Amino acid sequence: MKRDSGGWLASVVLHAVLIGLAVAAITPLVWLVLTALKPKADLATVFVTWDGLGRLGLHNFSELFAKHALLAWMLNSLFLACTQTVLTVLLACLGGFALAKHRFAGKRILLWIMLATMMLPAQAMLPASYELMWKLGWLNTWQAILVPCSVSVFGMLLFRGAFAAVPDELLQAARIDGAGEFRLWWDIAVPCVRPMIGAFSLLAFTGAWNAFIWPQVILSDSRSLTLPIAATALMGTAEGETNFGLVMAITVIGIAPVLVLFFALQRDFVAGLTSGAVKG
Amino acid sequence: MKAGSRSSQLIPWLMVAPFVVLFTVFILYPLLRSLALSAYRSAGPANSAFIGGENYQFLLSDPLFWTACLNTATYAVLFVGLQLPAALGLAIALDHPRLRAKQVLRAAFFCPHLVGAVFLGVVFWKLMGKDPGSLANSLWLPLAGLFSAHPQPLNWLGDPNLALGVVVVAALWLSVGYSMIYLLAALQTVDRELYEAAAIDGAGPWARFRHITLPGVAPTLLFLLLVNTIGALQVFELPYVLTGGPGPANSTLTVVGYLYQQGFETGNLGYACAIGWALTIGIMAVSIAQLRVTRLDRDST
Repeated sequence: MKRDSGGWLASVVLHAVLIGLAVAAITPLVWLVLTALKPKADLATVFVTWDGLGRLGLHNFSELFAKHALLAWMLNSLFLACTQTVLTVLLACLGGFALAKHRFAGKRILLWIMLATMMLPAQAMLPASYELMWKLGWLNTWQAILVPCSVSVFGMLLFRGAFAAVPDELLQAARIDGAGEFRLWWDIAVPCVRPMIGAFSLLAFTGAWNAFIWPQVILSDSRSLTLPIAATALMGTAEGETNFGLVMAITVIGIAPVLVLFFALQRDFVAGLTSGAVKG
Repeated sequence: MKAGSRSSQLIPWLMVAPFVVLFTVFILYPLLRSLALSAYRSAGPANSAFIGGENYQFLLSDPLFWTACLNTATYAVLFVGLQLPAALGLAIALDHPRLRAKQVLRAAFFCPHLVGAVFLGVVFWKLMGKDPGSLANSLWLPLAGLFSAHPQPLNWLGDPNLALGVVVVAALWLSVGYSMIYLLAALQTVDRELYEAAAIDGAGPWARFRHITLPGVAPTLLFLLLVNTIGALQVFELPYVLTGGPGPANSTLTVVGYLYQQGFETGNLGYACAIGWALTIGIMAVSIAQLRVTRLDRDST
């Protein structure tokens, strides 16, 4: 009986601490949304006052549409992230199948080289990659982002692992029925790894959507910017003036799609994140 | 369909070909090229002069590079040292059998991770503002008021002693939930019966944590230690957005920040490549050291 009451108290404390921490964890996001909705005059208060509540509105967003290239930035971000996701998944999914289900000359060397490059920090190659883009005449173009960034060694290895779990008998049966290897891949193997496609797509999309350093180096025309770069560019101009509500509005637009995707597809998201981990 | 016949070789190669071609051009070539480029002094991609090993020589005596190394190391130690215990603590608390609303709490802790580092930087840049009305100062001022009659607002991002700390806090906010998810998954694999058996044997909470929980999640912890350290040593976006990069008195200048500054602001791509290779060697050395130490540790227990 005594032990039970002690457990009850511990349980209350546990709940209180965790709820407090959870509130602290989402406070910056709440602040962000409120600030984005505030008129210039209310920015001095940290959160919002009772009578300020009625003044919340979308004026910052409409100003971004009217005075800045917000629509272009949104479309740029969406186009780049979607295209890059499709390209990355296709390349990794096709290659991963060959690596898992076929034997061919040079496979071991290929795997070995890919693994070795995974150990190297991508940032260290930035200057040489930039020089390559300059040589190709690709600076300030979409392909400079889409083509190099759709090569994911990590994705290739993930799909190799996923395809390895597809039973050989299934493929062999289809081969006897006369299906070609590409058909076999698309009609039989790909449906088997659908969860991996979902999880990896989410991961690739989030990465592409939030990408900063490479687009920042490549894109210079103000209409071709993506949302993260536009947000920092606006931040620079907002330094002196008081309306950082605009900066927060574009940040809301930059964060919202990923959050919506997360809440819609929570299970795939978490599976995707932990798929690269060693099992505990 | 075994290896050997020509057609069975051709098809798998066709399947990996698109990837291999792009991989060779956009990853392997820049990798080798950056080795060559690090022997040049350049002003933009169009002008460069061969200088042999001078970039590396200069690097070793460049005080700014060493400042960047020290800042990056400090950041990495603080970030990883605080993140893993915090994530483990949260994971254990969320794993408590009596806890209600687990899903909601888990989502609340995890959702900061979905915010891109740049967007997070934008938010913290204002939350940690130097004006007395910023969130950080409106929490700090009443606290400081307990000890002094005239508490002053802090210039969080403009003070060389504080700026790097703010970067660490922002990075923690972004990533604790992410490590927590891994550790929660690892905790599910620990056999519950072990706890019951230990409780019957009279083991206290600390002994159960030390001898059951910790060994159970050790592989995941090691994985997170390695991945987070590698990530921390490449930190760039948060300091770039929060303080503009170098920050007050270069206190938030990181190695990748310095690489960016040299390569893309000054235009010396050759020197930036040398910094990149120094970073690569540093990361490899740290990873190997971590693997060694953790393996020794496991052998001794």
